[in-house]
Amino acid sequence: MNQISAINDFVVKFANVNGSGSASANELFARSILRMGVPVSPRNIFPSNIQGLPTWYEVRVTEKGYLGRRGGVDLMVAMNPQTWDNDVKEIGPGGYLFYDNSKPLPESKFRNDITLIGMPLTEICNATYTDPRQRQLFKNIIYVGALSALLEIDPKVLEQLFSEQYKGKEALLQSNVKALHLGRDYALKNLPCPLGLRLKPANNVGDRIFSDGNSAVALGAVYGGASVCAWYPITPSSSVAEAFMGFCKKLRGDAETGKNKYAIIQGEDELASIGIAIGAGWNGARSFTATSGPGISLMTEFIGLAYFAEIPVVLVDVQRGGPSTGMPTRTQQSDVLACAYASHGDTKHPLLFPEDPTECFEMTAQSFDIAERLQTPVFVMTDLDIGMNTRLCRPFKWDDGKEYDRGKLMTYEKLEAGADFGRYLDVDGDGIPYRTLPGTHPTKGGYFTRGTTKNRYALYSEAGPDYIDNMQRLMRKFETAKSLLPQPVLRQAAKPASFGAIYYGSTSPAMQEALDVLAENGVHINALRVRGFPFADQVKDFVAAHSGTFVIEQNRDAQLKTLLVTDSKINPAQLISVLHFDGTPITARFIVDQLTRHISAHSVVPLKKAS
Amino acid sequence: MTYLAKPKLHHPSLSKNQAGYTRRDYEGKISTLCAGCGHDSISASIIQACWELDIQPHRVAKLSGIGCSSKTPDYFLGNSHGFNSVHGRMPSVLTGANLANRDLLYLGVSGDGDSASIGLGQFAHCMRRGVNMVYIVENNGVYGLTKGQFSATADKGSKSKRGVVNSDEPLDMIGMALLLGATYVARSFSGDKKQLVPLIKGAIEHKGAAFIDVVSPCIAFNNHAGSTKSYEYVRQHNEAVNRLDFIEDHEEITADYAPGETVTVHQHDGSALRLKKIASDYDATDRVKVMNYLQEHGARGEVITGLLYIDPDSEDLHEHINTVDTPLNQLGAKDLCPGTPALEKINASLR
Repeated sequence: MNQISAINDFVVKFANVNGSGSASANELFARSILRMGVPVSPRNIFPSNIQGLPTWYEVRVTEKGYLGRRGGVDLMVAMNPQTWDNDVKEIGPGGYLFYDNSKPLPESKFRNDITLIGMPLTEICNATYTDPRQRQLFKNIIYVGALSALLEIDPKVLEQLFSEQYKGKEALLQSNVKALHLGRDYALKNLPCPLGLRLKPANNVGDRIFSDGNSAVALGAVYGGASVCAWYPITPSSSVAEAFMGFCKKLRGDAETGKNKYAIIQGEDELASIGIAIGAGWNGARSFTATSGPGISLMTEFIGLAYFAEIPVVLVDVQRGGPSTGMPTRTQQSDVLACAYASHGDTKHPLLFPEDPTECFEMTAQSFDIAERLQTPVFVMTDLDIGMNTRLCRPFKWDDGKEYDRGKLMTYEKLEAGADFGRYLDVDGDGIPYRTLPGTHPTKGGYFTRGTTKNRYALYSEAGPDYIDNMQRLMRKFETAKSLLPQPVLRQAAKPASFGAIYYGSTSPAMQEALDVLAENGVHINALRVRGFPFADQVKDFVAAHSGTFVIEQNRDAQLKTLLVTDSKINPAQLISVLHFDGTPITARFIVDQLTRHISAHSVVPLKKAS
Repeated sequence: MTYLAKPKLHHPSLSKNQAGYTRRDYEGKISTLCAGCGHDSISASIIQACWELDIQPHRVAKLSGIGCSSKTPDYFLGNSHGFNSVHGRMPSVLTGANLANRDLLYLGVSGDGDSASIGLGQFAHCMRRGVNMVYIVENNGVYGLTKGQFSATADKGSKSKRGVVNSDEPLDMIGMALLLGATYVARSFSGDKKQLVPLIKGAIEHKGAAFIDVVSPCIAFNNHAGSTKSYEYVRQHNEAVNRLDFIEDHEEITADYAPGETVTVHQHDGSALRLKKIASDYDATDRVKVMNYLQEHGARGEVITGLLYIDPDSEDLHEHINTVDTPLNQLGAKDLCPGTPALEKINASLR
């Protein structure tokens, strides 16, 4: 029988039962590989459930540093009888199945084209521990110990990770180390160690960090100066607000008084949450809310108010599978249109598309400057794949000389000096008016904020010319937004390319890998990663420079393509959609397959050159 | 309503309060509500209360939702920032504004449609949180701006102008405010300025969630026979439990009451409120007794008014979440950004 052999390049998938304590053991496994200098990219595939339903943890070991999901499984750690059949089926031919053989299973439950590695985990646990919870928890550590022998993970690295995790908790440290060696020793003695899949120390991790996107967003909000956060729990965004609480507790206390330089309110719903954030933004505090698609739907009326009354506020949308309740624990990029045009009437909002936790940090911090400069709601469009998975990424960086851009604030001094204050007056030609904060001046600068139409001096007006004047200024402001947003990132092909590809957000790691694979296959494509909406003019130029441009997205309806066509006025015939929307993260294999198929169908020689 | 704008110039002989403002400085734009609307009387009472308390108008933020009542902040305190938000959502916007700057005075103005129907949830939760504010519901039992539909506070059995009898139970906002932890709860009548002005003053000085339900007849759609929110009905059924004689530190007590007729409530922040008792058995500091009293008397069809409940040891949201004394909107990068050394530590913990 063929056996897959690979060094530092394979996929291990853990099939577990939710709530069995497997998550921390599996993360320990992933971290130990990182500590050996080998990049890994783990993904949680979990149900909307607390206990009992199946959950998976997929670790891609990738010396080359490809952090997208690869697809396929080389080693299955099958710990969940409920999903056994499908788990076994998913292993690639020549792959490996690690399982608990405490109880005999009929032969029909196995395959003959894979290597079986049975270990009596339950038996070992029952013989060693009497407490049922310990039996459960240490079973996970025992299999990590066995895997360390099977895959040649350095046990010292695992011990070091334990000692960091259980600093000052000697008893816990000792019992975990004991369980680790229990598994490792059994494997060395009884199992075919090492397997064809194995690890070799490398030096490919560098100074990179291992963070999830939601924590990175929260940290970005701390560094970006957010002082008011209002939120309502919703998967997959809840951990944004929870991480913000954690970071604020550590970093935002007043040393002298012990009081907090922040306010966090768990609202009664998403409507109240965005309302609180808008109230705070109106009154000059940097404020945000974090939510997911269903929350955006609920917030849309308020988003229109903030757009029309011109109030800075940041919304973090950790996208999940829609529509309706959809797939709460799966990933998609399907809120792009809902956010770009959120609310009734003619509305448009700036969107930011981070590709990984590092950009979650950077763009969230930056979003507060953008929101205050533009006096409008700004959306940070992340998703479950980035938000809830730990990802290897560049370390967070901050420029200590940086001052926050508080935007155009009309001050007491300027009012005293006789400035002509019109809340909706375009003094500088960029569409952005000046605003006063409540309480600025005893007799000047007060105005009435409203969602109804008004003239340049904030007086109620339903007159057509006033309305048009205001709406056109808002368009100018939106044009100004282009220069404030993160610019697209171009990846030029090594050889001249007639095809282009546009992608964004969490598609990035799979795309990088796909472009490498395609280049190896002789297919050269220029790629542009879009990082903000409204799109920079460069995006239109990019499409014009290619005979065809792929737009790769994780939604059914080609939502970014719709924006390119309607907002950048790009001819839709020039755009070819590549859409992945089953709720799993897009893979390089999928992109390579789709692009190759399209390109051969279009023939490699573009028509206009052939004629 | 009138189309005749008052001249902006003030007569030099107009008297000024201790903050240096005349009463006219507390006025706003000309009201666009119907002549005789109860809401305009409430606006006048707010103006009077702020003037008498020497409040600097620009230190007030006035927030409202949508509806006739929510238009009124445009008609008083013209130099204050106002925010006419979305229907039923004023409480959340006010909460956020209050979080951003704890130093201003927050005045929320709403109606019975805005607070008892679409905004019931937000009304409830801002009371629970103890947001430091004055929350006035201008309660007329009817949707005026959309021409006469029943609101959720319309009494069961009351009749609309079109002759329809309301079959739904009314929503009791006072009862809800009491249950949800409001620490200053009052009811008044727009037509009784003598009662209303001190109640607004007391609410302004109170720390925490202060709620005033003001029955305010809708002259156009709910002032007919068969309505329980008409001028006539309320005048006939109004039963005040007390009269608030607000005491300020600098104000001498001039009125003379016989012993036993008054009770003084000392608040935690040092201020004191003196209440002249009307119902001798009424104790406005006992939440449970108050709820019982209101249920008993309400069942007899009485409209109980006065300072119904006060918690002298009230707290507010900022105390609950322990925010710094400096308003959050005045903190800059120095206060808010932890800088590179802290970030390096975080990076190190993620390797």
